[in-house]
Order: sequence, then C-alpha cells, then structure tokens
Amino acid sequence: MTEGAAPPPPASSPEAGPPTVAERLAFYQRAGGVLAPLLTALIAFIIGGLVILATTGKNPLSTYRAIFDGTGLNWFFHVGSYSITLPFSETKVWFPWDTGSLAALNLQQTLIVVTPLILTGIAVAFAFRCGLFNIGGNGQYTIGALVGVQVGVWFAGMPRPLHILIAIVAATFAGAVWAGIAGILKATVGAHEVITTIMLNWIALWIGSYLVGFNGPMQDPRAISAPVTKPIADSAKLPVFWGNPALQGLHIGFFIAIGALVVYWILLKRTTLGYEVRAVGFNPEAARYGGISVPKSYFLAMAISGAFAGLAGAIDILGWEFRLDLTVVQSVQIGFIGIAVALLGRNNPVGIFFAALLFGALLTGTSTRNLDPTIFKPELAGNLTRIIQGLVVLFVGADLLIVYFWQSIRKPFIKLRRRLGLRAKSVAVEAE
Amino acid sequence: MIARTERFYRGRTSWDRLVAPRSIGIAGIVLDIVALWVALPPVTVRSVLLPVLLAICAIAAGIWAFTRGERRLGGGAVVGALVAVGCTVLATHAHAANLEGVFVWSALIAATLRWATPLTFAALGGMFSERSGVVNIALEGMMLMGAFFGAWGADKTGSWFGGVAIGAASGAALAFVYAIFAIHLRADQIVGGTGINFLALGITGYLYNDIYGNKGTPENLPAVPDVHLTFLSDIPPKGLGNFLFDSFGSLNLMIWISLILLPVSYVALFKTARGLRVRSVGEHPRAADTVGISVYATRYSAVTLSGLLAALGGVFLSIGYVNAFSENMTAGRGFIALAALIFGGWRPFGAFAACLLFGFSSALAQRLPDLSASESAAWPVLFQALPYVLTLIAVAGIIGRSIPPAADGQPYEKQ
Repeated sequence: MTEGAAPPPPASSPEAGPPTVAERLAFYQRAGGVLAPLLTALIAFIIGGLVILATTGKNPLSTYRAIFDGTGLNWFFHVGSYSITLPFSETKVWFPWDTGSLAALNLQQTLIVVTPLILTGIAVAFAFRCGLFNIGGNGQYTIGALVGVQVGVWFAGMPRPLHILIAIVAATFAGAVWAGIAGILKATVGAHEVITTIMLNWIALWIGSYLVGFNGPMQDPRAISAPVTKPIADSAKLPVFWGNPALQGLHIGFFIAIGALVVYWILLKRTTLGYEVRAVGFNPEAARYGGISVPKSYFLAMAISGAFAGLAGAIDILGWEFRLDLTVVQSVQIGFIGIAVALLGRNNPVGIFFAALLFGALLTGTSTRNLDPTIFKPELAGNLTRIIQGLVVLFVGADLLIVYFWQSIRKPFIKLRRRLGLRAKSVAVEAE
Repeated sequence: MIARTERFYRGRTSWDRLVAPRSIGIAGIVLDIVALWVALPPVTVRSVLLPVLLAICAIAAGIWAFTRGERRLGGGAVVGALVAVGCTVLATHAHAANLEGVFVWSALIAATLRWATPLTFAALGGMFSERSGVVNIALEGMMLMGAFFGAWGADKTGSWFGGVAIGAASGAALAFVYAIFAIHLRADQIVGGTGINFLALGITGYLYNDIYGNKGTPENLPAVPDVHLTFLSDIPPKGLGNFLFDSFGSLNLMIWISLILLPVSYVALFKTARGLRVRSVGEHPRAADTVGISVYATRYSAVTLSGLLAALGGVFLSIGYVNAFSENMTAGRGFIALAALIFGGWRPFGAFAACLLFGFSSALAQRLPDLSASESAAWPVLFQALPYVLTLIAVAGIIGRSIPPAADGQPYEKQ
C-alpha cells in the first residue's frame, strides 16, 4: 500500500489513512483467498505427480503435458488470423484463433464437461452456504437426467424452445424434489444430510437401473445389445453454437451454466432467501433468534441445491448424450466432483467457474479418447483425477494448514513492509 | 418422554399398563410382523385377507397410540402395516415354490450374518472414533482400502493371514492420515472425511488398474477359511440340528471374529479405564485434558483403531466373501455402517442389531428377485435399493432419540 502517496490527514493515530486495519485485513484475506486454493491445487498436483513417478517411472511433467494437450486448453496459445461465422447467422468476422483445429475440437469437449460441473459445483456450494453438505449430487443428477430424457422422448413435434424449456424445468424440479427429501428429513427430524443424500444416491442409481435396464419401462425395445433409453426428439436437443452438431459440438447449455452462476450469485447476495440461507449457514442459533425459520431454510437450500444438480442432468441429456445409457446411470461421478469444484472455488461464482474448468479439463484430458495410452494409461489417469480430487477436498477442508503455510511465506514480507511503513510515517511526521 | 411414561404408570394396575398408548403401539408393530409372517413360509397363507385384516388392526392400534402421544411407535406401526401389506400382496402373488426357495430361513440367517459382518466391523470402528469425538465419515474409504490391500496382500504373501494383516494396516494408515487432518489441523471433519473417501477410491482404483489391469484379481486368491462346526448337526432333534448346521455350521472365520469383537469392544469401551478415557475425551475434552488425559493421543489411537476395524470389514468383503476385488466394491457400506452406529445409539450391541437388520435386508434383496415368475421382468432390480431405503427410514426415524457423544465432530484446541 502506498502510505506516502495518500494525503495524510493529521496523523492522530497510526491507523489513520486510507488502508484501515479492516481494509488491509480484507485485502490480505482476498489475496490469501485466491492464493490458498491455488496452493491447494498445486500441492494436489505435485502429490499426483509423485504418484505417477512412483508407479510408472515416467516424467510427471511430460505426463501432465500430455493430459494438458488433450484438454484443448492449448488452443488459446496458438494465436493467428482466422475468421469465424457468427453463430446462427452467415456473417463472417475476424478471430484470433483457429476454430477448426483439433485443439478447438478438444476444447469443445472440455467445455461440454465443464458445463454440468459448474452446475453441480453450484449445487454443492449453495447447500454449503446454508451449512449443509450435499453429497447427493449424483442422485439428483441421475433423477434430472431420467426426467429430462423422458420429457425429451415425449412431446415430439413441439416447438423447439418450448420443448427444451419443458424438459429443463421438469428435470430441474425433479432434482429439487429428490434433494428436497433429504431437506425435509433434515428440517423435521434432523437426519444428517450426508447419510440421507448418500442413500438417495444409491436409491436413484437402482431406480435408474430399473427404468433404463433390460425390459425396463424406459428402455428402447429396438436396442437389444445394450440397455439404453429411446433417443430424445430433435425438438428437444439444445442448439450447438460452436463446432459440428453431428460431432458433439459445444451446445448452448454452456451459457445456461454461466447464467446459473449469475443466478446463484443474485440468489445468495441479493435476495431475502439468500440472506436467510447465509445467516443459517453462518450460525443457525443466531438466525433462529433473529426470526429466521431454520427448518424452512434447510429445506429450501437443499431443494434449490438439488435443482441445480437436476439441471445438470437435463443439460447433459439435451446437449450431447440425447439418450441415457445404463452404464452412465451406474457410473455417475459428477456430483462428487462438484464437491471438489465448490470447495476449490470457495463457493464463489468465479471460483466455481475456474475450478470446474480445472476438473473438466482433467476429465477430458484423461479420457480414453484424448490421452495417448502409450504415455499414460487412461484408466490410471482417470483414477489419478480421483486422487487429485480427494487431495483437493482434503486440503481445502484443512484451511489451517494452508493459512499457516501462507502466513509463514508472508512473514518476512510483513516484517519488511512494517519497517518500511514505519519509516515512511516517521518521515511524514518529520516533514510536518 | 420416559419421565412422562413413568408418571403414567405410577400407581396404576396392570390393566392400565396394558392399554397404555405405549403398549398398544408396540402391539401394533407386533401385529405388523405377524401379518408379514403368516404370508411367508412355513405358514404361507395364500390369501391376502388374513394379513390385511391384521394390518388394519395394526393401523388402528397405531393411530390410537399416535393420537395419544406415542407418535413414533404409532407412526411406526402404521408405516409398518403399509409395508407389510405391500410385501404380503407381493408374496401371495408369487409362486409358492419360489417363495419356498427364497425363504429358506437357515440360509437367510447365514446370508444375513455374511452381509452384516462388514457393517459390524465398520460400525465398531466408527464407534471408537466417534466415542472419542471424531466423526468418521471416512469409514467407507477405510473399508475400501482394506478390501483392496487385503486382496493384494493375500495375493503377494500367498496366505490369507498376510492379506488380513496388510489390509488392516492399510486402513489404519489411511485413518492415521485422516486423524492428522481432523485432530491437528482441525479440518472440518465431514469435508475431510469426504476427501479421504475420494482419496481411497482413487488410490485403490489406481493401484488396481496398475497392478491387475483388465484381468482382475487372480481367481486363486487365498481366502479366509470357513469354520466348519459339524457337531451342530448332531444336536438331538434332527430338524433343529440341521437348521443350526445350515445357519451357523460353515460361517467364515471373520464372521466369528466380528461376533467375538462385539463383547470385547463393549468391555474395552465401557468397563476399562482406557475406555473411560476415550469416552471422556468424546464427551468433554477440556475436562479430560484438565485431569491429565492427552486428548490428542487418545483421539489418534481411537481413529487409527477405527480405521483398522473398518478395513477388516473391507478385507472380509474381498477375501472372505466375494474372493475378488472390484473398483468401489464397498458400495456405500461405510455409510450404512455409520447409520447403523447412530441407529444403535453408539453402542456395540445396538449397532450390531442395526447391522443385522441391514444385513437381512441385503440378504433378502439378493434372493427376492427369484420371486418373480418370469425371467425377464425388470422390477426385481429395484430390490437392490432395499438396504438403502431401510437406512434412510432408520436414520429419519431414530434421530433425536439417539444422542451422540457431546463433543462429536468438534476439533479440540489445546490451551
């Protein structure tokens, strides 16, 4: 802070001047707030690199490089002079990046994965703000996907925006109901949401297995080899705005997810509901004393949280999957990754976006399609993602460790700054 | 509530006692069980009429008790009656032969014990950890570690005992890492535990793919032996002897170990000085610290022990029961064990009873699909959800009655 530059009012106390104690604290916290998650991710990746080194003997850096190249994020580094046609029109404009390259294709895949991750991240974060730990994102996602695919199969021939809207609303509502069960149980009898949501995950998995599995009511009778639902009608598919729609281009669900981040922020920071939810999360007793209905907040927070996760399921179905596969139902992990996203993003919309980008990139980069098996086996890489995810959750949970680390790094700087600051002040006093 | 019922009973005759809401509520639940029982072998009433009549009586009793203050018992009776009617309708529609095939009671008892054992180990582990004041959401991950390293150890050392030892050690090691985060770093225990679960999922999946690849664990994995008690079938009435032999005659060694661990852990926790220390740290760490008990040391050892026990449950899964390892094979059992622990009031025998309940539902879920007449029906897969639904109901129904250790989940800061 530039103590010298600020016009000092009569220095009655050493705390006077623009950088008040509170401001300074806020600044450090903000700085630490960005740095702590970065450190966390860094430590997790370093440990992951050690795992690679210990088990395969390969250079972790080159392995990470291979994963990174598969994510398509290297697309941003290849700047040139290209042109793009604006989405949904014929106009061509200049653009610094090549939208048709392989990296662009990979980036589309990454962003397709990032989309639901943002949403499940919001789901976990919203519940977190109310002091609830929603680890039922998987179940809520599954229920949302089931409802989304069913509505997508029905009502064929409806106008496209309407059909999409109905499917999305129905799936969102279904997710809210599914999480609402845990919310009601928490609000009325105080059942711990961690256990209830985990149980609801498994129940959703088996309901999904029944509906989609062989001879299940939703299974496509024409598909004999593998259990899968009927494909959704064309009128329910989300428009693709980047890439080839036939080759899994990036759909507008990405913007829905970005919009959801804005909704999340407004809901939390600019509405009474959000205020109540945060108050309950901060201190339920004090909130109750202040006249806020704690059970109502628990229920609403859980239901809204589930709504975001259900929305994620619908968007995956309407955006690129178009039908629901039994293996997908039985291997949903997206709700769990959402936990890491929310924790690493510190429940902050911008943080959630970047954390989702990180984990989405990890998922795409380690997928069988994008990772060269001779460099690193994708099955191993997939589990490496889980290890990194676990470490991130573990370290973010241990704020103290990071804060301690951060303090110990900063200590010499603080001393230096204090000495400089004191000298600046004494000079100013002498000048007066 | 107990005080109120006691006041109610004081100075009344036994008849008053009999028609007290509490007794009527219990009678309703008993009627539920009878209604369910008559539709199953060996009685096997083939009409819905009798069970439905019994269930209606149960509902009446339940509502009567509910309106007179016994809300939980009364509500339980009503819900139980509805469940019983549903089940009996199902049972009477199934072929009698199929029903006989499913409800072989001796086999069901053996299967219940098999399913309950991993839960029992994990619940006992969780009990030590939570009694010392550390919530252990990570039981699932510790079980998974035990399951993988048990299989790996058995494969590498060539003996099942090596597998058990290595598996248990791996769970203890993971628990120790968790303990560092939960105790010294004062991490949020729910978040930290979830991180540990992910970590265990990643580590076991990674190593499994790295070591065994697509081939899976070897088929000739050394397994924990079964204990054959042939003398059981010689017990006088031939029917009883056979029944006992079929139920308990060839159980796995680890099932017996879990049964022995129950009284052992009860004594250790409730009848020894060391156990008292653990419990005091869980109830009031500051007071315990003041009288010279090391809170940290106690918690570290309790959490590590809990990881060891939970891992034994995983070891049983991989080399005692299935004799193979597959990714995420614990399938939420750690959480069911946690629910059983809460259900059982953080006590060994209570938790064991809850484990038996969940074990029974799992055993039933495995066998019930045979009820359906046609091979191709899809709905039997829904029975797989039964243990989870039951856990959900149990957690919802019991909370508030079951009181956790006072300092459960609160990190302790030394002064």
